[in-house]
Amino acid sequence: MNIIVLVKQTPDTAQLSSSVDGLKLLDESGPKVINPWDEYALEAGIQLKEAHGGKVTALCLGQPQATEALKSALAMGADEAILISDPALTDSDSLVTARVLAAAITKIGAFDMVIAGRSGIAGDTWATAVQVAALLDVPQISYVAELNAVDPAAKTISAVRLVEGGRESVSSKLPAVISVVKEINEPRYPSFIGIRKASKATIPTWSIADLGFEAGQVGPAGSQVQWPELNLPPSREAKVEIIEGSPAEAAKILADKLIAEKIV
Amino acid sequence: MSNNVFVWIDQTEGAVDSIAWETLGLARNVADDLGGQLVALVLGENVSGLAEQAIQYGADRAIIADDPTLKSFRLEPYAAVLTKLAQEQEPTVLMMGASNIGLELAPYVAAKLDVGLAPSCIDVAVEVGKLTATRPALVGNVIAKIVFGEAQPHLVTIRRRVFPVPEPDPTRRGEIASTEAVLAEADIPTKIKGLEAAIGEVSLADAKVIVSGGRGVGGPEGFAPVQALADILGGAMGASRAAVDAGWVPYAHQVGQTGKTVQPDLYIACGISGAIQHLAGMKTAKLIVAINKDPEAPIFKYAHYGIVGDLFDYVPALTAELKGRLGS
Repeated sequence: MNIIVLVKQTPDTAQLSSSVDGLKLLDESGPKVINPWDEYALEAGIQLKEAHGGKVTALCLGQPQATEALKSALAMGADEAILISDPALTDSDSLVTARVLAAAITKIGAFDMVIAGRSGIAGDTWATAVQVAALLDVPQISYVAELNAVDPAAKTISAVRLVEGGRESVSSKLPAVISVVKEINEPRYPSFIGIRKASKATIPTWSIADLGFEAGQVGPAGSQVQWPELNLPPSREAKVEIIEGSPAEAAKILADKLIAEKIV
Repeated sequence: MSNNVFVWIDQTEGAVDSIAWETLGLARNVADDLGGQLVALVLGENVSGLAEQAIQYGADRAIIADDPTLKSFRLEPYAAVLTKLAQEQEPTVLMMGASNIGLELAPYVAAKLDVGLAPSCIDVAVEVGKLTATRPALVGNVIAKIVFGEAQPHLVTIRRRVFPVPEPDPTRRGEIASTEAVLAEADIPTKIKGLEAAIGEVSLADAKVIVSGGRGVGGPEGFAPVQALADILGGAMGASRAAVDAGWVPYAHQVGQTGKTVQPDLYIACGISGAIQHLAGMKTAKLIVAINKDPEAPIFKYAHYGIVGDLFDYVPALTAELKGRLGS
Protein backbone atom coordinates (compact mmCIF):
# COMPACT_ATOMS: atom_id res chain seq x y z
CA MET A 1 0.00 0.00 0.00
CA ASN A 2 1.14 3.52 -0.67
CA ILE A 3 0.12 5.54 2.35
CA ILE A 4 0.63 9.24 2.83
CA VAL A 5 0.28 10.66 6.33
CA LEU A 6 -0.28 14.40 6.71
CA VAL A 7 1.80 15.79 9.54
CA LYS A 8 1.80 19.29 10.96
CA GLN A 9 4.05 21.01 13.43
CA THR A 10 2.11 22.97 16.05
CA PRO A 11 2.83 25.07 19.11
CA ASP A 12 3.21 23.04 22.29
CA THR A 13 0.18 23.91 24.42
CA ALA A 14 1.87 22.26 27.41
CA GLN A 15 3.99 25.44 27.50
CA LEU A 16 0.97 27.63 28.27
CA SER A 17 1.30 29.27 31.66
CA SER A 18 0.73 32.58 33.38
CA SER A 19 3.74 34.01 31.52
CA VAL A 20 3.16 32.30 28.13
CA ASP A 21 -0.25 33.04 26.65
CA GLY A 22 -1.81 31.87 23.39
CA LEU A 23 -0.43 34.77 21.34
CA LYS A 24 3.12 34.25 22.59
CA LEU A 25 2.78 30.55 21.89
CA LEU A 26 1.70 31.15 18.30
CA ASP A 27 4.84 33.22 17.80
CA GLU A 28 7.14 31.49 15.35
CA SER A 29 9.92 31.28 17.90
CA GLY A 30 7.76 29.41 20.41
CA PRO A 31 8.31 25.74 21.19
CA LYS A 32 6.87 23.33 18.64
CA VAL A 33 5.70 19.73 18.70
CA ILE A 34 4.18 17.31 16.23
CA ASN A 35 0.42 18.01 16.18
CA PRO A 36 -1.02 15.72 18.89
CA TRP A 37 -3.61 14.16 16.55
CA ASP A 38 -1.02 13.28 13.92
CA GLU A 39 0.72 10.62 15.99
CA TYR A 40 -2.49 8.57 15.74
CA ALA A 41 -2.53 9.08 11.98
CA LEU A 42 1.10 7.94 11.73
CA GLU A 43 0.47 4.88 13.87
CA ALA A 44 -2.54 3.97 11.71
CA GLY A 45 -0.41 4.29 8.58
CA ILE A 46 2.47 2.25 9.98
CA GLN A 47 0.07 -0.51 11.12
CA LEU A 48 -1.46 -0.68 7.63
CA LYS A 49 2.00 -0.96 6.10
CA GLU A 50 2.89 -3.74 8.55
CA ALA A 51 -0.28 -5.61 7.59
CA HIS A 52 -0.23 -5.07 3.83
CA GLY A 53 3.32 -4.08 2.92
CA GLY A 54 4.15 -0.91 1.05
CA LYS A 55 5.39 2.46 2.11
CA VAL A 56 4.45 5.30 4.48
CA THR A 57 5.35 8.82 3.40
CA ALA A 58 4.99 11.62 5.93
CA LEU A 59 4.10 14.90 4.26
CA CYS A 60 4.27 18.23 6.05
CA LEU A 61 3.63 21.81 5.02
CA GLY A 62 5.38 24.23 7.35
CA GLN A 63 8.37 26.29 8.33
CA PRO A 64 11.88 24.88 7.71
CA GLN A 65 12.08 23.80 11.36
CA ALA A 66 9.09 21.50 10.78
CA THR A 67 11.68 18.93 9.68
CA GLU A 68 11.76 18.12 13.40
CA ALA A 69 8.15 16.89 13.21
CA LEU A 70 9.04 14.83 10.14
CA LYS A 71 12.05 13.34 11.95
CA SER A 72 9.65 12.24 14.71
CA ALA A 73 7.55 10.59 12.00
CA LEU A 74 10.59 8.80 10.56
CA ALA A 75 11.66 7.70 14.03
CA MET A 76 8.21 6.19 14.60
CA GLY A 77 8.49 4.19 11.40
CA ALA A 78 7.58 6.29 8.36
CA ASP A 79 9.72 5.29 5.36
CA GLU A 80 10.04 8.70 3.76
CA ALA A 81 9.36 12.30 4.67
CA ILE A 82 8.81 15.36 2.52
CA LEU A 83 8.59 18.97 3.66
CA ILE A 84 6.75 21.62 1.66
CA SER A 85 8.17 24.94 2.75
CA ASP A 86 8.19 28.31 1.09
CA PRO A 87 8.07 31.83 2.54
CA ALA A 88 5.20 32.58 0.15
CA LEU A 89 3.00 30.04 1.97
CA THR A 90 2.85 32.08 5.19
CA ASP A 91 -0.75 32.99 6.10
CA SER A 92 -2.31 30.65 3.54
CA ASP A 93 -5.90 29.70 4.41
CA SER A 94 -7.09 26.10 4.75
CA LEU A 95 -8.09 25.79 1.10
CA VAL A 96 -4.72 27.00 -0.22
CA THR A 97 -3.00 24.65 2.22
CA ALA A 98 -5.17 21.78 0.97
CA ARG A 99 -4.49 22.71 -2.67
CA VAL A 100 -0.71 22.66 -2.13
CA LEU A 101 -0.93 19.36 -0.21
CA ALA A 102 -3.09 17.84 -2.96
CA ALA A 103 -0.51 18.89 -5.56
CA ALA A 104 2.26 17.32 -3.48
CA ILE A 105 0.26 14.09 -3.08
CA THR A 106 -0.22 13.96 -6.85
CA LYS A 107 3.52 14.54 -7.32
CA ILE A 108 4.38 11.71 -4.90
CA GLY A 109 2.36 9.39 -7.13
CA ALA A 110 -0.42 6.84 -6.93
CA PHE A 111 -1.65 6.35 -3.36
CA ASP A 112 -4.08 4.04 -1.61
CA MET A 113 -4.76 6.16 1.45
CA VAL A 114 -4.08 9.60 2.82
CA ILE A 115 -4.35 9.66 6.61
CA ALA A 116 -4.60 12.79 8.75
CA GLY A 117 -5.41 13.62 12.35
CA ARG A 118 -8.86 15.02 13.11
CA SER A 119 -7.57 18.57 13.34
CA GLY A 120 -4.49 20.70 13.73
CA ILE A 121 -4.55 22.42 17.08
CA ALA A 122 -3.16 25.76 15.88
CA GLY A 123 -5.76 26.77 13.28
CA ASP A 124 -8.23 24.20 14.66
CA THR A 125 -10.24 24.37 11.42
CA TRP A 126 -10.81 20.59 11.00
CA ALA A 127 -10.80 21.42 7.29
CA THR A 128 -7.52 20.35 5.68
CA ALA A 129 -8.04 16.61 5.21
CA VAL A 130 -11.61 17.08 4.00
CA GLN A 131 -10.53 19.72 1.49
CA VAL A 132 -7.66 17.53 0.25
CA ALA A 133 -10.23 14.79 -0.43
CA ALA A 134 -12.54 17.25 -2.20
CA LEU A 135 -9.70 18.51 -4.41
CA LEU A 136 -8.38 15.02 -5.21
CA ASP A 137 -11.98 13.91 -5.78
CA VAL A 138 -11.66 10.76 -3.68
CA PRO A 139 -13.87 9.48 -0.84
CA GLN A 140 -13.36 11.00 2.61
CA ILE A 141 -14.09 9.25 5.91
CA SER A 142 -13.77 11.54 8.93
CA TYR A 143 -13.34 10.78 12.64
CA VAL A 144 -12.25 7.16 12.13
CA ALA A 145 -12.09 5.26 15.44
CA GLU A 146 -11.65 1.75 13.97
CA LEU A 147 -10.23 0.60 10.65
CA ASN A 148 -11.72 -2.79 9.99
CA ALA A 149 -11.27 -4.30 6.57
CA VAL A 150 -8.77 -2.48 4.39
CA ASP A 151 -8.29 -4.42 1.15
CA PRO A 152 -5.80 -2.75 -1.20
CA ALA A 153 -6.36 -5.40 -3.90
CA ALA A 154 -10.14 -5.02 -3.96
CA LYS A 155 -9.73 -1.28 -3.26
CA THR A 156 -12.24 -1.32 -0.41
CA ILE A 157 -12.23 0.00 3.14
CA SER A 158 -14.61 -0.35 6.03
CA ALA A 159 -14.36 1.74 9.14
CA VAL A 160 -16.20 2.93 12.23
CA ARG A 161 -16.40 6.67 12.66
CA LEU A 162 -17.33 8.62 15.77
CA VAL A 163 -20.21 10.99 15.17
CA GLU A 164 -22.18 12.87 17.78
CA GLY A 165 -25.04 10.37 17.59
CA GLY A 166 -22.83 7.32 18.14
CA ARG A 167 -20.57 4.99 16.17
CA GLU A 168 -21.28 4.77 12.46
CA SER A 169 -20.02 1.83 10.39
CA VAL A 170 -19.27 2.72 6.78
CA SER A 171 -17.66 1.15 3.76
CA SER A 172 -16.07 2.98 0.89
CA LYS A 173 -13.58 2.72 -1.93
CA LEU A 174 -9.84 3.24 -2.16
CA PRO A 175 -8.04 5.47 -2.76
CA ALA A 176 -9.52 7.50 0.07
CA VAL A 177 -8.62 10.19 2.57
CA ILE A 178 -9.40 9.47 6.22
CA SER A 179 -9.06 11.50 9.41
CA VAL A 180 -8.61 9.68 12.69
CA VAL A 181 -9.48 10.25 16.34
CA LYS A 182 -7.32 9.06 19.19
CA GLU A 183 -9.44 6.00 19.99
CA ILE A 184 -8.05 4.32 16.85
CA ASN A 185 -4.76 3.21 18.39
CA GLU A 186 -1.95 3.77 20.88
CA PRO A 187 0.92 5.48 19.06
CA ARG A 188 4.22 3.67 19.48
CA TYR A 189 7.33 5.28 20.89
CA PRO A 190 10.18 5.75 18.42
CA SER A 191 12.70 2.94 18.61
CA PHE A 192 16.39 3.61 19.25
CA ILE A 193 17.19 2.48 15.71
CA GLY A 194 14.39 4.65 14.38
CA ILE A 195 15.75 7.74 16.13
CA ARG A 196 19.25 7.10 14.76
CA LYS A 197 17.90 6.58 11.26
CA ALA A 198 15.81 9.75 11.50
CA SER A 199 18.71 11.85 12.75
CA LYS A 200 20.73 10.94 9.64
CA ALA A 201 17.87 11.31 7.17
CA THR A 202 17.94 14.11 4.66
CA ILE A 203 14.42 15.38 4.12
CA PRO A 204 13.65 16.84 0.69
CA THR A 205 12.05 20.27 0.71
CA TRP A 206 9.64 21.23 -2.04
CA SER A 207 8.95 24.88 -2.84
CA ILE A 208 5.71 26.11 -4.39
CA ALA A 209 7.50 26.31 -7.75
CA ASP A 210 8.30 22.59 -7.44
CA LEU A 211 4.54 22.02 -7.20
CA GLY A 212 3.61 24.34 -10.06
CA PHE A 213 2.32 27.31 -8.08
CA GLU A 214 3.16 30.98 -8.38
CA ALA A 215 3.42 33.32 -5.40
CA GLY A 216 0.08 35.02 -6.16
CA GLN A 217 -1.77 31.69 -5.89
CA VAL A 218 -0.78 31.04 -2.28
CA GLY A 219 -0.40 33.05 0.94
CA PRO A 220 -2.78 35.95 1.55
CA ALA A 221 -3.07 36.74 -2.19
CA GLY A 222 -4.37 33.26 -3.01
CA SER A 223 -6.53 32.88 0.10
CA GLN A 224 -10.25 33.57 0.53
CA VAL A 225 -10.06 34.18 4.27
CA GLN A 226 -7.59 36.13 6.38
CA TRP A 227 -7.27 36.78 10.11
CA PRO A 228 -6.07 40.36 10.53
CA GLU A 229 -6.77 40.43 14.26
CA LEU A 230 -5.66 37.88 16.82
CA ASN A 231 -6.54 38.46 20.44
CA LEU A 232 -6.43 36.61 23.71
CA PRO A 233 -9.77 35.24 24.90
CA PRO A 234 -11.44 37.40 27.54
CA SER A 235 -10.05 36.46 30.93
CA ARG A 236 -12.47 35.01 33.41
CA GLU A 237 -13.47 37.51 36.02
CA ALA A 238 -14.73 34.80 38.30
CA LYS A 239 -12.76 34.32 41.46
CA VAL A 240 -13.39 30.97 42.99
CA GLU A 241 -15.66 30.91 46.03
CA ILE A 242 -14.57 28.01 48.21
CA ILE A 243 -17.46 26.28 49.95
CA GLU A 244 -16.48 24.93 53.35
CA GLY A 245 -18.13 22.51 55.71
CA SER A 246 -18.98 18.85 56.00
CA PRO A 247 -20.13 17.04 52.84
CA ALA A 248 -23.79 17.48 53.84
CA GLU A 249 -23.33 21.18 54.68
CA ALA A 250 -21.35 21.94 51.54
CA ALA A 251 -23.88 20.05 49.40
CA LYS A 252 -26.71 22.14 50.83
CA ILE A 253 -24.89 25.43 50.18
CA LEU A 254 -23.92 24.40 46.63
CA ALA A 255 -27.44 23.17 45.84
CA ASP A 256 -28.81 26.55 47.00
CA LYS A 257 -26.39 28.33 44.69
CA LEU A 258 -27.16 26.14 41.67
CA ILE A 259 -30.88 26.68 42.21
CA ALA A 260 -30.38 30.44 42.70
CA GLU A 261 -28.41 30.56 39.42
CA LYS A 262 -31.41 28.80 37.79
CA ILE A 263 -29.12 26.05 36.52
CA VAL A 264 -31.05 23.25 38.19
CA MET B 1 -24.76 38.88 -5.49
CA SER B 2 -28.11 38.14 -3.89
CA ASN B 3 -27.44 39.17 -0.27
CA ASN B 4 -29.29 35.98 0.63
CA VAL B 5 -28.18 33.76 3.51
CA PHE B 6 -28.59 29.99 3.15
CA VAL B 7 -28.60 27.72 6.20
CA TRP B 8 -28.28 23.94 6.03
CA ILE B 9 -30.64 22.27 8.55
CA ASP B 10 -28.87 19.32 10.18
CA GLN B 11 -31.43 16.55 10.83
CA THR B 12 -31.37 12.84 11.65
CA GLU B 13 -34.49 10.80 10.79
CA GLY B 14 -36.63 13.91 10.88
CA ALA B 15 -35.31 15.24 14.20
CA VAL B 16 -33.52 18.55 13.78
CA ASP B 17 -30.28 19.03 15.71
CA SER B 18 -30.82 22.13 17.89
CA ILE B 19 -27.54 23.54 16.54
CA ALA B 20 -29.38 24.14 13.24
CA TRP B 21 -31.99 26.34 14.95
CA GLU B 22 -29.26 28.18 16.88
CA THR B 23 -27.54 28.86 13.56
CA LEU B 24 -30.80 29.87 11.86
CA GLY B 25 -31.49 32.38 14.64
CA LEU B 26 -28.10 34.03 14.14
CA ALA B 27 -28.45 33.85 10.34
CA ARG B 28 -31.76 35.75 10.60
CA ASN B 29 -29.80 38.77 11.89
CA VAL B 30 -27.13 38.38 9.21
CA ALA B 31 -29.76 38.25 6.44
CA ASP B 32 -31.51 41.34 7.85
CA ASP B 33 -28.19 43.22 8.07
CA LEU B 34 -27.36 42.28 4.46
CA GLY B 35 -30.88 43.12 3.30
CA GLY B 36 -31.38 39.63 1.87
CA GLN B 37 -33.60 36.62 2.40
CA LEU B 38 -32.97 33.77 4.82
CA VAL B 39 -33.32 30.40 3.08
CA ALA B 40 -33.36 27.03 4.90
CA LEU B 41 -31.99 23.97 3.06
CA VAL B 42 -33.48 20.67 4.19
CA LEU B 43 -31.90 17.46 2.90
CA GLY B 44 -33.15 13.97 3.78
CA GLU B 45 -35.87 11.44 3.09
CA ASN B 46 -39.48 12.21 4.08
CA VAL B 47 -38.46 15.52 5.60
CA SER B 48 -40.95 17.90 3.96
CA GLY B 49 -42.44 18.81 7.36
CA LEU B 50 -39.11 20.27 8.41
CA ALA B 51 -39.33 23.02 5.80
CA GLU B 52 -42.39 24.49 7.56
CA GLN B 53 -40.60 24.19 10.89
CA ALA B 54 -37.60 26.07 9.50
CA ILE B 55 -39.88 28.88 8.35
CA GLN B 56 -41.47 29.02 11.81
CA TYR B 57 -37.99 29.33 13.28
CA GLY B 58 -37.26 32.36 11.08
CA ALA B 59 -36.50 31.37 7.48
CA ASP B 60 -38.20 33.36 4.69
CA ARG B 61 -38.35 30.32 2.46
CA ALA B 62 -37.07 26.77 2.29
CA ILE B 63 -35.67 24.39 -0.31
CA ILE B 64 -36.12 20.66 0.17
CA ALA B 65 -34.11 17.84 -1.38
CA ASP B 66 -36.06 14.70 -0.53
CA ASP B 67 -34.47 11.52 -1.81
CA PRO B 68 -33.58 8.01 -0.56
CA THR B 69 -29.89 8.72 -1.27
CA LEU B 70 -30.06 11.55 1.27
CA LYS B 71 -31.70 9.48 4.05
CA SER B 72 -28.68 9.69 6.36
CA PHE B 73 -25.86 12.20 6.12
CA ARG B 74 -23.13 11.23 3.69
CA LEU B 75 -20.52 13.71 2.62
CA GLU B 76 -20.55 13.32 -1.15
CA PRO B 77 -24.32 13.43 -1.91
CA TYR B 78 -25.02 16.17 0.64
CA ALA B 79 -22.12 18.30 -0.60
CA ALA B 80 -23.25 17.81 -4.21
CA VAL B 81 -26.72 19.24 -3.45
CA LEU B 82 -25.36 22.21 -1.51
CA THR B 83 -22.75 22.91 -4.20
CA LYS B 84 -25.39 22.86 -6.93
CA LEU B 85 -27.76 25.15 -4.99
CA ALA B 86 -24.96 27.60 -4.24
CA GLN B 87 -23.93 27.72 -7.90
CA GLU B 88 -27.51 28.15 -9.15
CA GLN B 89 -28.81 30.62 -6.58
CA GLU B 90 -25.63 32.52 -5.59
CA PRO B 91 -26.22 33.14 -1.89
CA THR B 92 -23.85 35.61 -0.26
CA VAL B 93 -23.46 33.48 2.87
CA LEU B 94 -23.90 29.74 3.53
CA MET B 95 -24.08 28.80 7.20
CA MET B 96 -24.41 25.60 9.17
CA GLY B 97 -23.84 24.35 12.69
CA ALA B 98 -20.33 23.29 13.63
CA SER B 99 -21.44 19.78 14.58
CA ASN B 100 -19.05 16.98 13.62
CA ILE B 101 -21.06 16.66 10.42
CA GLY B 102 -21.09 20.40 9.70
CA LEU B 103 -17.33 20.49 10.28
CA GLU B 104 -16.80 18.01 7.43
CA LEU B 105 -19.55 19.21 5.10
CA ALA B 106 -18.63 22.91 5.12
CA PRO B 107 -14.94 22.57 4.13
CA TYR B 108 -15.82 20.04 1.43
CA VAL B 109 -18.37 22.41 -0.10
CA ALA B 110 -15.95 25.34 0.27
CA ALA B 111 -13.29 23.40 -1.64
CA LYS B 112 -15.74 22.45 -4.42
CA LEU B 113 -16.91 26.09 -4.74
CA ASP B 114 -13.43 27.57 -4.26
CA VAL B 115 -14.64 29.96 -1.53
CA GLY B 116 -13.53 30.99 1.96
CA LEU B 117 -14.50 29.18 5.14
CA ALA B 118 -14.65 30.35 8.76
CA PRO B 119 -15.24 27.26 10.93
CA SER B 120 -16.55 26.98 14.52
CA CYS B 121 -17.41 30.65 14.84
CA ILE B 122 -18.64 32.24 18.05
CA ASP B 123 -19.86 35.41 16.34
CA VAL B 124 -20.72 36.74 12.89
CA ALA B 125 -21.31 40.38 12.02
CA VAL B 126 -21.92 42.57 9.00
CA GLU B 127 -19.61 45.59 9.02
CA VAL B 128 -20.14 48.13 6.23
CA GLY B 129 -21.82 45.48 4.11
CA LYS B 130 -18.96 42.99 4.65
CA LEU B 131 -19.22 39.77 6.60
CA THR B 132 -16.78 39.23 9.46
CA ALA B 133 -16.58 36.26 11.78
CA THR B 134 -14.97 35.56 15.15
CA ARG B 135 -13.57 32.17 16.03
CA PRO B 136 -11.31 30.56 18.60
CA ALA B 137 -8.02 29.02 17.47
CA LEU B 138 -5.21 27.19 19.26
CA VAL B 139 -7.83 25.23 21.20
CA GLY B 140 -9.47 28.30 22.63
CA ASN B 141 -6.30 30.16 23.61
CA VAL B 142 -6.51 32.73 20.81
CA ILE B 143 -9.55 34.50 19.32
CA ALA B 144 -9.27 35.36 15.61
CA LYS B 145 -11.32 37.83 13.61
CA ILE B 146 -11.89 36.48 10.09
CA VAL B 147 -12.43 38.56 6.97
CA PHE B 148 -13.45 37.13 3.61
CA GLY B 149 -12.19 37.62 0.06
CA GLU B 150 -14.39 38.32 -2.95
CA ALA B 151 -15.55 34.77 -3.71
CA GLN B 152 -19.08 33.93 -2.55
CA PRO B 153 -20.80 32.36 -0.75
CA HIS B 154 -18.79 32.90 2.40
CA LEU B 155 -19.00 29.66 4.36
CA VAL B 156 -19.44 29.85 8.11
CA THR B 157 -20.05 27.16 10.73
CA ILE B 158 -21.36 28.16 14.15
CA ARG B 159 -20.22 26.60 17.38
CA ARG B 160 -22.80 24.75 19.42
CA ARG B 161 -24.63 26.37 22.35
CA VAL B 162 -23.25 29.85 21.76
CA PHE B 163 -26.52 31.30 20.40
CA PRO B 164 -30.05 30.63 21.69
CA VAL B 165 -32.67 28.64 19.82
CA PRO B 166 -35.12 31.27 18.50
CA GLU B 167 -38.78 31.20 19.53
CA PRO B 168 -40.78 29.57 16.72
CA ASP B 169 -43.73 31.51 15.29
CA PRO B 170 -46.44 29.02 14.21
CA THR B 171 -48.20 31.65 12.10
CA ARG B 172 -45.15 32.36 9.93
CA ARG B 173 -45.48 31.30 6.28
CA GLY B 174 -43.03 31.11 3.40
CA GLU B 175 -42.46 29.57 0.01
CA ILE B 176 -41.26 25.97 -0.07
CA ALA B 177 -39.45 24.76 -3.18
CA SER B 178 -37.87 21.44 -3.94
CA THR B 179 -34.74 20.36 -5.71
CA GLU B 180 -33.37 17.05 -6.96
CA ALA B 181 -30.53 15.00 -5.54
CA VAL B 182 -27.41 15.29 -7.71
CA LEU B 183 -25.73 11.92 -7.28
CA ALA B 184 -27.33 8.56 -8.01
CA GLU B 185 -26.73 5.80 -5.46
CA ALA B 186 -24.35 4.08 -7.89
CA ASP B 187 -22.16 7.21 -7.94
CA ILE B 188 -21.84 7.44 -4.15
CA PRO B 189 -18.74 5.55 -2.95
CA THR B 190 -19.62 5.52 0.75
CA LYS B 191 -22.29 3.19 2.16
CA ILE B 192 -23.58 3.29 5.73
CA LYS B 193 -23.59 -0.19 7.29
CA GLY B 194 -25.07 0.72 10.65
CA LEU B 195 -25.20 3.14 13.52
CA GLU B 196 -24.55 2.06 17.07
CA ALA B 197 -26.38 4.87 18.79
CA ALA B 198 -25.21 6.03 22.18
CA ILE B 199 -28.48 4.88 23.76
CA GLY B 200 -29.43 6.25 27.14
CA GLU B 201 -26.39 8.48 27.23
CA VAL B 202 -26.77 12.22 27.09
CA SER B 203 -24.54 13.58 24.37
CA LEU B 204 -21.67 15.68 25.71
CA ALA B 205 -21.94 18.06 22.76
CA ASP B 206 -25.38 19.42 23.59
CA ALA B 207 -25.54 18.69 27.33
CA LYS B 208 -26.68 21.54 29.58
CA VAL B 209 -24.92 19.90 32.51
CA ILE B 210 -21.71 17.87 32.47
CA VAL B 211 -20.19 16.08 35.46
CA SER B 212 -16.65 14.93 34.75
CA GLY B 213 -14.17 12.70 36.54
CA GLY B 214 -10.40 12.71 36.37
CA ARG B 215 -7.41 10.95 37.82
CA GLY B 216 -8.87 11.52 41.29
CA VAL B 217 -11.70 9.01 40.76
CA GLY B 218 -9.02 6.31 41.00
CA GLY B 219 -10.54 3.64 38.74
CA PRO B 220 -13.53 2.60 36.65
CA GLU B 221 -15.69 2.04 39.77
CA GLY B 222 -14.92 5.58 40.87
CA PHE B 223 -17.04 6.89 37.99
CA ALA B 224 -20.23 5.52 39.61
CA PRO B 225 -20.79 8.55 41.88
CA VAL B 226 -19.84 10.88 39.00
CA GLN B 227 -22.43 9.21 36.75
CA ALA B 228 -25.02 9.29 39.56
CA LEU B 229 -24.62 13.06 39.95
CA ALA B 230 -24.83 13.52 36.17
CA ASP B 231 -28.01 11.42 36.11
CA ILE B 232 -29.78 13.38 38.85
CA LEU B 233 -28.97 16.60 36.98
CA GLY B 234 -30.10 15.15 33.64
CA GLY B 235 -26.59 15.70 32.37
CA ALA B 236 -23.80 13.88 30.60
CA MET B 237 -20.71 12.30 32.06
CA GLY B 238 -17.33 13.56 30.96
CA ALA B 239 -13.76 12.59 31.74
CA SER B 240 -10.25 13.94 31.60
CA ARG B 241 -7.61 12.49 29.32
CA ALA B 242 -5.90 10.86 32.32
CA ALA B 243 -9.03 8.84 33.10
CA VAL B 244 -9.54 7.86 29.45
CA ASP B 245 -5.90 6.91 28.90
CA ALA B 246 -6.05 4.76 32.04
CA GLY B 247 -8.91 2.86 30.40
CA TRP B 248 -11.47 3.75 33.09
CA VAL B 249 -14.04 5.19 30.63
CA PRO B 250 -14.35 5.18 26.82
CA TYR B 251 -12.77 7.90 24.69
CA ALA B 252 -16.22 9.24 23.71
CA HIS B 253 -16.35 10.83 27.19
CA GLN B 254 -13.07 12.74 26.89
CA VAL B 255 -13.26 16.52 27.25
CA GLY B 256 -10.27 18.61 26.19
CA GLN B 257 -7.70 19.24 23.50
CA THR B 258 -7.72 15.71 22.07
CA GLY B 259 -11.35 15.11 23.03
CA LYS B 260 -14.48 17.21 22.85
CA THR B 261 -14.95 20.92 23.32
CA VAL B 262 -18.09 21.48 25.38
CA GLN B 263 -20.08 24.52 26.43
CA PRO B 264 -22.60 23.48 29.10
CA ASP B 265 -24.42 25.77 31.52
CA LEU B 266 -22.84 23.84 34.41
CA TYR B 267 -19.60 21.85 34.48
CA ILE B 268 -18.72 19.95 37.64
CA ALA B 269 -15.11 18.73 37.66
CA CYS B 270 -14.53 15.90 40.14
CA GLY B 271 -10.95 14.92 40.90
CA ILE B 272 -9.68 16.82 37.85
CA SER B 273 -6.53 18.87 38.40
CA GLY B 274 -7.19 21.15 35.43
CA ALA B 275 -4.35 20.61 32.96
CA ILE B 276 -4.30 23.25 30.23
CA GLN B 277 -5.40 20.65 27.68
CA HIS B 278 -8.50 19.84 29.74
CA LEU B 279 -9.31 23.51 30.35
CA ALA B 280 -9.20 24.07 26.59
CA GLY B 281 -12.26 21.85 26.24
CA MET B 282 -14.46 23.26 29.01
CA LYS B 283 -13.38 26.67 30.24
CA THR B 284 -16.20 28.47 28.40
CA ALA B 285 -18.83 26.62 30.48
CA LYS B 286 -21.15 29.20 32.02
CA LEU B 287 -20.66 27.93 35.58
CA ILE B 288 -17.79 25.72 36.74
CA VAL B 289 -17.70 23.81 40.02
CA ALA B 290 -14.52 22.02 41.07
CA ILE B 291 -14.26 19.31 43.70
CA ASN B 292 -10.67 18.31 44.40
CA LYS B 293 -8.55 17.25 47.37
CA ASP B 294 -5.66 19.48 46.33
CA PRO B 295 -6.32 23.16 47.13
CA GLU B 296 -3.50 24.10 44.71
CA ALA B 297 -5.11 22.32 41.72
CA PRO B 298 -5.19 24.70 38.70
CA ILE B 299 -8.89 23.91 38.12
CA PHE B 300 -9.73 26.21 41.08
CA LYS B 301 -8.39 29.20 39.10
CA TYR B 302 -11.16 28.66 36.56
CA ALA B 303 -13.95 27.50 38.86
CA HIS B 304 -16.72 29.73 40.18
CA TYR B 305 -17.32 27.44 43.17
CA GLY B 306 -14.84 25.08 44.70
CA ILE B 307 -14.90 22.37 47.33
CA VAL B 308 -11.56 21.21 48.72
CA GLY B 309 -12.19 17.65 49.77
CA ASP B 310 -12.59 14.02 48.82
CA LEU B 311 -14.92 13.63 45.87
CA PHE B 312 -16.13 10.30 47.29
CA ASP B 313 -17.57 12.21 50.27
CA TYR B 314 -18.78 15.37 48.56
CA VAL B 315 -20.15 14.08 45.24
CA PRO B 316 -22.61 11.56 46.79
CA ALA B 317 -23.64 14.21 49.34
CA LEU B 318 -24.45 16.63 46.52
CA THR B 319 -26.36 13.92 44.65
CA ALA B 320 -28.41 13.14 47.76
CA GLU B 321 -29.09 16.82 48.43
CA LEU B 322 -30.21 17.46 44.84
CA LYS B 323 -32.32 14.31 44.84
CA GLY B 324 -34.15 15.69 47.87
CA ARG B 325 -34.62 19.12 46.26
CA LEU B 326 -35.56 18.00 42.78
CA GLY B 327 -37.79 15.14 43.95
CA SER B 328 -37.14 11.52 42.98
